[in-house]
Amino acid sequence: MQAMQKKRPKHLDLGKIRLPLPGIVSILHRISGVGLFFTLPFIIYLLGGSLSSAEAFETYRTVIAHPLVKLILLGLLWAYMHHFCAGLRFLALDFHKGLELQTARSTARTVIIVSLALTVIIGGMLW
Amino acid sequence: MVNRIVVGARYGLRDWIMQRATAVVMAIYTFGLVLFLLTMPGTYEGWQAFFKTTWVQVLTQTTIIALLLHVWVGIRDVWMDYIKPVGLRLALHLFTIVWLVGCLIYSIKVVWGL
Repeated sequence: MQAMQKKRPKHLDLGKIRLPLPGIVSILHRISGVGLFFTLPFIIYLLGGSLSSAEAFETYRTVIAHPLVKLILLGLLWAYMHHFCAGLRFLALDFHKGLELQTARSTARTVIIVSLALTVIIGGMLW
Repeated sequence: MVNRIVVGARYGLRDWIMQRATAVVMAIYTFGLVLFLLTMPGTYEGWQAFFKTTWVQVLTQTTIIALLLHVWVGIRDVWMDYIKPVGLRLALHLFTIVWLVGCLIYSIKVVWGL
């Protein structure tokens, strides 16, 4: 056992190692989650603003109409979409669905594409 | 099955399950909200009236609590994975708790229109 482990090939050339697609989905799931964590008060503010009285709502509209804020909103939209889609995939994996390498790769690709597409579609509708 | 010697430590299974369960709650809420958005009259008044309904407020608040528990497990995992100095890690855990409790209080204000 010990000898077998020693014989394993090591490939730790960081310049050459490429994260496989499921790995990219996984790290983006983590990054989007951390991003949503830090913007959580802002997200609650967004809900609050949409529910505020008429005059407060006007202020809210000017705030979210700012190009920089819109860009942040687009980022949040993507973060939510990716975290959501990747999360559904992880739940399926927890139930041992889609564990085969090829399936795992194709669902990972689907997660990336679907979450980007939804971001573009919904973002386009709201912009 | 893994044969472990029980020493009174926690293995995190409960957190693992909580993270999944709260994820399901949020997913159901999201689908419900999308369904409403697709069928509602599409006005600002309709949106406001919807969120003034008690059952919507209850479901929203419950989902937000699920969200906060979900975030707690997820962010704690991130700190445990990347932050090795114990002092700093504990400080970040504390910050996370304070941040999330603050979010809870703020969400109560927003959801119930206080």
